[in-house]
Amino acid sequence: MTPAISIKGLGKTYAGGFTALKDIDLEIERGEIFALLGPNGAGKTTLIGAICGTVKVTAGHVSVCGHDIAADPASARKAVGLVPQELTIEAFETPWDTVSFSRGLFGRPPDPARIEDILKRLSLWDKKDTQIRRLSGGMKRRVMIAKALAHEPQVLFLDEPSAGVDVELRKSMWEQVRLLRAAGVTIILTTHYLEEAEEIADRIGVIRKGRLILTEDKDTLMKKLGKKELAVELAAAHAGIPPVLANFDLALSPDGLRLILTYEAGRGESVISGLLEKLKAEGIAYADISTRQSSLEEIFIRLVGEDA
Amino acid sequence: MTPPFNGQAVRAILRYEMSRARRTLGQSILSPVLSTVLYFVVFGAAIGSRIPAVGAVSYAAFIVPGLIMQTVLAQSISFAAFAIYFPRFTGTIYEILSAPVSFVEVIIGYVGAAALKSAATGLIILFISFFFVPLRILHPFCMIGFLGLTCAAFSLLGFIIGIWADGFEQLQLIPLLVITPLSFLGGSFYSIKMLPPFWQKLSLANPVVYLISGFRWSFYGHADVAVGVSLSVIGAFFAVCLCVTAWIFKTGYRLRN
Repeated sequence: MTPAISIKGLGKTYAGGFTALKDIDLEIERGEIFALLGPNGAGKTTLIGAICGTVKVTAGHVSVCGHDIAADPASARKAVGLVPQELTIEAFETPWDTVSFSRGLFGRPPDPARIEDILKRLSLWDKKDTQIRRLSGGMKRRVMIAKALAHEPQVLFLDEPSAGVDVELRKSMWEQVRLLRAAGVTIILTTHYLEEAEEIADRIGVIRKGRLILTEDKDTLMKKLGKKELAVELAAAHAGIPPVLANFDLALSPDGLRLILTYEAGRGESVISGLLEKLKAEGIAYADISTRQSSLEEIFIRLVGEDA
Repeated sequence: MTPPFNGQAVRAILRYEMSRARRTLGQSILSPVLSTVLYFVVFGAAIGSRIPAVGAVSYAAFIVPGLIMQTVLAQSISFAAFAIYFPRFTGTIYEILSAPVSFVEVIIGYVGAAALKSAATGLIILFISFFFVPLRILHPFCMIGFLGLTCAAFSLLGFIIGIWADGFEQLQLIPLLVITPLSFLGGSFYSIKMLPPFWQKLSLANPVVYLISGFRWSFYGHADVAVGVSLSVIGAFFAVCLCVTAWIFKTGYRLRN
């Protein structure tokens, strides 16, 4: 089976000369939940726009379910549903009308039973005839998801689906996403929250300054990214790391006053208590301890090295 | 393989645009009808009786075709410009851009809807005018033809304006500063033959003159310029607008960046 998305050498340079995407190569398998992770302005939305046809591609090739977006745009677009980041929705329409409109626009014949099913699944059925401007923000977002699902796409794009969404709605949204995946839909979402990608995705792509700097299975990536640090403020300066602590992943600050232990998140308990016991046994006194988790930004910098 | 023509999309856009017109009936249809009818009540029935007939046609009857044309022109532009500008303004255009629709389907949908609405407006005005003015229509099919072609051509122009406009002011700019003067000077209220020779010549540079002349000919059989010329001018204008829209979609001008 052809992959859901296949991208080769994709580039996007705006007329003003700004390069938003550079040399993107990516394959997304069918039935996958893929999270595009990156800071604001990294190019996530541009990448989605390039695949969905709202942004003109300036280099490379993209195909959706085997259909090249340049050679056969109609087939490629028919396979795709897009939920943009902003709440852009016609205020005076009703959910029923706007979702039916979307279905027609994507070339599908009317199917009231299908629309009813979509609206019910997204808990919008009792609001189907209410003007959209009277709905809450969360409901509006669900209407947008319903619109994107109206033509039964094989690939669904969710651009920052959790922006401005409360915990309750986020939970139910992830539930919907999993149900869709179970029904065979490929889902691609963008986020700048590591935890979000961790919760929902099978595979994660990290994008920074228009480049896809890595794609990795979530579990592998979490091991790489999920590092934490424990800083131990020593009572007296040490010239070097005491040899008895050689088994720990340690670093000593230049002034010799701080020991920094790096460990995987989730495995802290044994490592930390191990280190503290050792310090006590060796009679190394300390004044304070603190832990911190690297921010996503720092992780990116670490991932791409100095030239980032 | 996806069929080359997305008929469902055309249907969806037409339905959507028509339902919007129903929702805003007062503003979109009734108000232009009322203001035009007021014109021929005042200028035709009230003042017109003191103005001599133009050729064999009473002044009240003479101005009706021109007034219909003026309203239809303005409404075509406004319907189509608004229909495409509003989604751009609110951002809902993303859906059209990501949908499997080509230039042809979008044009048939949006321009078709605008043309239908303005043609309906024109026909309603025509119907009402029968109650006030002694009208006759010598060439009803030509009348419908002129009306349809004008609606289509100016809806296309409106569509182009709606794509070009970068704000609500620009949206109004061309209709107010270009179309309104041209349409008032287009011979709705007078035959250009009444003008001094220099102004007659100058009037021939105004495309609206050809529209109104041709349209009025289909009512009374008199034209300021030859009917064939009128038809060619409208046809050429339509073709130019079509080329511009094709270019817009090809390059993604103001739509895709």
